[in-house]
Amino acid sequence: MKLKQLEGLLGDLQQFSNPKVELEQYPTRPHIASRMLYMAENSFGDISGKVVADFGCGCGTLGIAGALLGAEYVVGVDIDSQSLELASLNAEDLELDIDLVLWDIRNSKWRGQIVDTVVMNPPFGTRKKGADIDFLSTALKVASQAVYSLHKTTTRDHVKKTALRDLNARSAEVLCELRFDVPQLYKFHKKKEVDIAVDLWRFVP
Amino acid sequence: MRLLTHNMLSCNIKGVTNGFPLRLEVEKFVEKEVDFSAEFLRNIFPKIEWKALVDAARSMGYAELPDEADSSMLDSDDFLKKFHHALLELHLEEGALICPETGRRFPVNKGIPNMLLHEDEV
Ligand SMILES: C[S@@+](CC[C@H](N)C(=O)[O-])C[C@H]1O[C@@H](n2cnc3c(N)ncnc32)[C@H](O)[C@@H]1O
Repeated sequence: MKLKQLEGLLGDLQQFSNPKVELEQYPTRPHIASRMLYMAENSFGDISGKVVADFGCGCGTLGIAGALLGAEYVVGVDIDSQSLELASLNAEDLELDIDLVLWDIRNSKWRGQIVDTVVMNPPFGTRKKGADIDFLSTALKVASQAVYSLHKTTTRDHVKKTALRDLNARSAEVLCELRFDVPQLYKFHKKKEVDIAVDLWRFVP
Repeated sequence: MRLLTHNMLSCNIKGVTNGFPLRLEVEKFVEKEVDFSAEFLRNIFPKIEWKALVDAARSMGYAELPDEADSSMLDSDDFLKKFHHALLELHLEEGALICPETGRRFPVNKGIPNMLLHEDEV
């Protein structure tokens, strides 16, 4: 599948109808989601034929992109049941089979190293400090092959240090910098959306 | 929820040491066909907790898996077909997952297990 085609399909997905700000529920835009998964597949071979987990899957964009690129098995996890119902409808519309689990990533317990690749757009930690690192910590335990994640560019040094030193990642690499439009990130923002710089990371557990 | 997911989930209540495998309580299940990939099955086989898979499949009425399995069986098409079916084509739609240690019930609705803990369990 071509990148444009993938981006187009993701553009048709339904998005959060009542986003819960405290959970940082903003969709990963098709532009970003398609590039993330496309790179994971075409530069690293981390998607097709693999078991892929989407952490904080929300409406399911990343997991669905994985399934479209040939992941053998996709499981999406989110703490919010309404998001999961939406993700389930989105997958159904595209005739994809995706497993969904209502779970808190922070205290989820996974057996075995069955998941190859974790893809995620974690909360950036603007509401709950450290939320992004909590996600990363679990992801690096669960994945056996790679973790793809988005973090604010302003946290680059911190993310790198934490991943390598505290979370025992074998490598932590920024693949590219992207613009991410986040709705109402802060109450004092007058504009409805703000554009922030975000890094696309690849970690090896 | 399919049984590959079941093979990964474990009860995370504070203090629980044997939270795996969760027992299945089945009210409704469905079967959906999935493309067969022998290569995928061979790769994943060593990571699967076999007994958990066998028991889970049985609770959905599928009793074709042998009690024990080893990698030599991966040469048999017949074995792979059964493994494929149990692992990827059976979906628990309604029911629950039960913690083997505490008996705590995690409900499954519309195919989605609710593994969220109550405050006093974290
Ligand atoms: C930035 S959004 C990701 C959006 C998703 N990739 C999409 O395209 O719809 C973050 C998601 O993480 C979920 N979330 C927040 N805290 C969580 C936690 N502790 N465990 C699991 N999910 C969580 C939110 O419900 C939200 O859906």
